[in-house]
Amino acid sequence: MKKQWLPIAVFSLLVAFLAIGLTLNPKAVPSPLIGKPAPDFTLPLLNQQTAFSPQQLRGQVWLLNVWASWCSSCQQEHRLLVRFAQNRTLTMVGLNYKDTPNEAQAWLDALGNPYSFVVEDQNGQAGIDWGVYGVPETFVVDAAGIIRHKFTGPLTQQRLDNELLPLLNTLEMTQ
Amino acid sequence: MIVEIGHFALILGLAFAMVLASVPLLGVQQRQPLWMELARTAAVGQFALLGLAFACLIYAFIQDDFSVKYVAANSNSQLPLIYKISATWGAHEGSLLLWALILTLWTLAAALFAKQLPPTLKARLLSVLGWIAAGFILFILITSNPFERLLEVPQEGRSLNPLLQDIGLAIHPPMLYMGYVGMAVAFAFAVAVLMEGKMENAWAHWAQTWTLIAWAFLTLGIALGSWWAYYELGWGGWWFWDPVENASLLPWIVATALIHSLAITAKRGSFQAWSLLLAILAFGLSLLGTFLVRSGVLTSVHAFTSDPSRGVFILVFLVVIVGAALLLFSARAHLVTQQRAFKPLSKETLLLLNNVLLMAMMATVLLGTLYPLILDALGIAKLSVGAPYFNSVIVPLTVPLALLMGLGFAAHWRESRAGGLLKQLWPVLLVSALLAFVLPLLLLPDLQGWAVVGLFMSAWIALSALQWLWQNRAATNSTGRVQRRRILGAVLAHIGFAVTLAGITVTSLYSIEKDLRLAPGESYSIGDTRFQFVGVIQKQEHNYLASEGTIKVYANNQWLTDLHPQKRTYLSQAMPMTEAGIDAQLSRDLFVALGEKLDGAAWSLRIQYKPLIRWIWLGAILMALGGLLALPSGRQRRKESAA
Repeated sequence: MKKQWLPIAVFSLLVAFLAIGLTLNPKAVPSPLIGKPAPDFTLPLLNQQTAFSPQQLRGQVWLLNVWASWCSSCQQEHRLLVRFAQNRTLTMVGLNYKDTPNEAQAWLDALGNPYSFVVEDQNGQAGIDWGVYGVPETFVVDAAGIIRHKFTGPLTQQRLDNELLPLLNTLEMTQ
Repeated sequence: MIVEIGHFALILGLAFAMVLASVPLLGVQQRQPLWMELARTAAVGQFALLGLAFACLIYAFIQDDFSVKYVAANSNSQLPLIYKISATWGAHEGSLLLWALILTLWTLAAALFAKQLPPTLKARLLSVLGWIAAGFILFILITSNPFERLLEVPQEGRSLNPLLQDIGLAIHPPMLYMGYVGMAVAFAFAVAVLMEGKMENAWAHWAQTWTLIAWAFLTLGIALGSWWAYYELGWGGWWFWDPVENASLLPWIVATALIHSLAITAKRGSFQAWSLLLAILAFGLSLLGTFLVRSGVLTSVHAFTSDPSRGVFILVFLVVIVGAALLLFSARAHLVTQQRAFKPLSKETLLLLNNVLLMAMMATVLLGTLYPLILDALGIAKLSVGAPYFNSVIVPLTVPLALLMGLGFAAHWRESRAGGLLKQLWPVLLVSALLAFVLPLLLLPDLQGWAVVGLFMSAWIALSALQWLWQNRAATNSTGRVQRRRILGAVLAHIGFAVTLAGITVTSLYSIEKDLRLAPGESYSIGDTRFQFVGVIQKQEHNYLASEGTIKVYANNQWLTDLHPQKRTYLSQAMPMTEAGIDAQLSRDLFVALGEKLDGAAWSLRIQYKPLIRWIWLGAILMALGGLLALPSGRQRRKESAA
């Protein structure tokens, strides 16, 4: 008699897990670099002769945004970034990933440039060091040069308001 | 206009489904035969309306009506006509509409061919199917309407994923859905029987018929998907243990168990409750598969654009439909159970043991598929479960399954004697063991332990099936054509399984795979087969550009064939696609895929030698054919229900 109730019990458990599963994002893989020092690189600034290294930004909170002109979801994110840069003074580094300087420049000219620095990572070497596996990705680095957060995929207004802004506020307060 | 007609037909279809879901049930309760009879009319109307809706959507694709959002997102005026039509079910919304259409087709068929079932059972069964249809159509209308228009009409469609522009994929989903959705009939049967509160053994024949047809389609659908992945994805693998593949395998395993369990119920009048539970489970897993694919809770190569609201709807639907059925089962299964005595060594025991093994397989595959989700939900870890897990758990379960299968043929109903079984089976045992050792020594490069095991299992299953056929030759003469056909079907299906098993064994153990750098004129040899790289030319086709390589293949220095692997760049999408060059024979496939262009005129190439890989799919075809041959005839079912 009792064993008849076993199927429904197992099923209920399964449904509970599925319901929780719905609220999670399987693609959100936490970066192993969080809490670690940001990997160093020295790369040329876009269409300039000078080189750039994250060492220069020691002592301030900054964002590293990985983007490319061939990436369509970057376009979606870009508008948001431009608006964000207008409203808030924050150092934003654009890591132009596996792109050509001409196309990258044309893209910035057309859509606006929210970045304080745009660096060329033509062969993707810096991207590998930072553990980039899809474009766009955004890293938050604190004043001590430690990676504090990573956003995979395009930033949305919601992620900006709920995750990025509170984090930036706390980081800048402790500074 | 046409699009609006389609949309309207879909809404009207929902109304019919709701009538079907309610009126016949009320009719049973109020003892109104006319209300019960209405089920048939509603089933016809429901199918006609869904058919009309689907036709309208196809029409919108043929006409390149990019004002329809779904068409604009999934078609392109440059697409060949056949792929415009198959694009109709190439993405989420359209494939759901196809799902619903096929469900109404099964409902119609069940309504027309259920004469031997009592009117109340039939009315209840069709009503349950109506519930499912109503839920699905509602799902389409609320979350995934393919008839939605765009305010700004784009000039050109965004095209179909080039991966999907392929004939294998055009027919793979309809096949698979016929199988998936066909399980709904057995499910509705189980629920209706539980509502009736009694089960007559002859009804089991009816349920078995529908399960067999659905199972045959599911077998072919899975095989087609595997074949498609093999030649289209360009890696030469034929099964990836991807969540979506697993989602189709789970109902298949349960349906296989169900067919055998129903055979016992029909023949011996026992295991009723078990059969009903399996019927509920088979369709429940089909729905679970749909949930996993559509909600994006798992990462998969097949994942459609995920949308949480869709996930929520299917989950609620799953809870309502399967939850209600299981509750009903819990409360009423004891009403339909009968116990018939059988001895520990009998056909019943062996079939039951194999049922248990199949359930264990189902549970391990399900666990592996859901494990990432469960760990994530508990906040323990993020991980993925892959082939190493599945291979290591499935193989040990397959070995006893195969051994029991052979025994099951030889055993008698109710009681068998170990001595008798041994006396009967020792020649089969001997020949199988001999074959398992001799065949690899003669035909394969070396003798591997698992090859012996795998080939022994194949030979054991096939030979004991043939021996059973031989033993029944006298019986078949007397019991008539139908019985003979059914026995042949069963034998053919099991031989099909043996063929697939042999293919899997040899392909997995003896495939050779090489990644090479070849300049034009250079060669590489695998055994007696020499592959000579001629070069790569550029080609322009209707909707793509291709780099096409030419590889001359020589066997023992005799020219055999030219292979033409391609790398395609579709005009509408930047992503390059790999088309493998394959020379297929029953004994082996030669498989060449073009990699990257290296320095000079050299290219990287992947060359594979895949022995017996065709047997995997050939076996599946045999299984499906055998399943269809084994259908009980209508007359037999009626005779037995009258008796």
